Amino acid sequence: MKLLARRRAVNAAMTVVTGLAVVVALVPLALLLWLVVSKGAAGLSWTFFTHLPTPVGEPGGGVGNALLGTLYLVGLACLVGLPLGVGAGVFLAERGDGRFGSAIRFTAEVLSGVPSIVVGIVAYGLVVVPMRRFSALAGGVALGLLMVPTLARTTEELVRLVPGSLREASLALGVPQWKTSLRIVLRTALGGIVTAVLLAIARAAGETAPLLFTALNNQYWNFAPDQPTASLTVQIYNYAISPYADWHQKAWTAALVLLLLVGALNLTARFLTRSGLPREQR
Amino acid sequence: MTAPADKIAVERLTAIFGKTEVLRSVTTSIPAMSVTAIIGPSGCGKSTFLRCLNRMHELTPGARVEGSILLDGQDVQGRDVDPVHLRRRVGMVFQRPNPFPTMSVLDNVSSGLRLNGIKGDHQATVEQCLRQAALWDEVKDRLRAPAISLSGGQQQRLCIARALAVAPEVLLMDEPTSALDPIATAKVEDLIHELKARYTIVIVTHNMQQAARVSDQTAFLYMGELVEVGATEQIFTNPREPRTEDYVTGKFG
Repeated sequence: MKLLARRRAVNAAMTVVTGLAVVVALVPLALLLWLVVSKGAAGLSWTFFTHLPTPVGEPGGGVGNALLGTLYLVGLACLVGLPLGVGAGVFLAERGDGRFGSAIRFTAEVLSGVPSIVVGIVAYGLVVVPMRRFSALAGGVALGLLMVPTLARTTEELVRLVPGSLREASLALGVPQWKTSLRIVLRTALGGIVTAVLLAIARAAGETAPLLFTALNNQYWNFAPDQPTASLTVQIYNYAISPYADWHQKAWTAALVLLLLVGALNLTARFLTRSGLPREQR
Repeated sequence: MTAPADKIAVERLTAIFGKTEVLRSVTTSIPAMSVTAIIGPSGCGKSTFLRCLNRMHELTPGARVEGSILLDGQDVQGRDVDPVHLRRRVGMVFQRPNPFPTMSVLDNVSSGLRLNGIKGDHQATVEQCLRQAALWDEVKDRLRAPAISLSGGQQQRLCIARALAVAPEVLLMDEPTSALDPIATAKVEDLIHELKARYTIVIVTHNMQQAARVSDQTAFLYMGELVEVGATEQIFTNPREPRTEDYVTGKFG
């Protein structure tokens, strides 16, 4: 009986300790959300989403061009990153058992640990230097390269989850290998891959460092791929390091907008995972 | 059995995985428009034998085949034979039902045609194949439902319909009822009886009663060797080989 009592006491104590750890871990997150919302909400208005930035001291103005610029950059990044990342993932899963496959896998693992600013420097060397100007394209390439390694590994995992019996069923119908990979295997894994893509986009949208010397910034609307482009993150950075109170306010509000954008992407991914994956992997 | 009626002639077939010989010099023939059952204990090479016939065996890394398999007199291993075309002539049904989970009942049946680039309205073919697979009446009102919403037995008959849709000449069945309950099993067995009027069927089975019920010819494989092949009745009532007798009477295996 004494033993049982002791065990119960230890159990209760450990429950309290681990519960406390959770609370402590959540405090910074809650603080972050609270700070951004409380400081940023004041500046939220329709104008903030649709108008160009204004000079110091001039009221009104917004981050419309930066919001659009972030979407534009992410779009370009997808053009670069999705085919490479998903393609490499499918290759690794279907043909990656040899030495070549493990070399690629190892490279992807190393690359996913490379600091994003280094990827920015690579894009600078690849695009900015030969074009002799900062551009949306350079920013898109930087973000796109950043997406590739994780996307490749996640796609590989998801494609490997597709039962081999489906591959065999297709081959036994006289369907060629490549068509089986695309139309059956990739199609079956698609729900999960879409989720992985959304998460990769959310991560790319939140990057600042690789954009500083690739897409640079722009005070005006820009739709040309060979011109510098504003982005929410760089705009927040510029506002935040300025000495002006009204720009600080705008930094908080822009941060809130970015948080909402990334949050929406994450929630969509969550929702897709919950509704899509279990059915397809049954 | 006379020679011209043979759909498939297998000669000194040896199948190898890496360094293991899974089949050793198997020679036999499979008559057209009949059911041939392959029986034998686990690991005797039954499935491998089946997978050699439509060249699925070679998809496994390290797998190799020696000897010859003649389909209508033509060696299926020949350099000029495209395995993709061969598999349209020699269809296969697997141990576990494996319908495509992202497709509807209808799309599963027509998948072989669509994936092989045959355009047009496949509705008529789908209905005909589902009728042949004795599934039409059960699914005609939910052709657009996801294939995985069907029961296990229905899914297996769906897979049979899917295999029939590409109009094969031979149908290979790898323990098609091992994942099914007795009622679903009986339905699939009835189906095999119906299908042999149009197709040459080779079925691998663990279940000797099933082999006795559905097949015309039975081959007994043991440790990669063909011990005996003959009319099903003879194999089960009057086997020539003592090992066959021991197996079919349940002394081992």
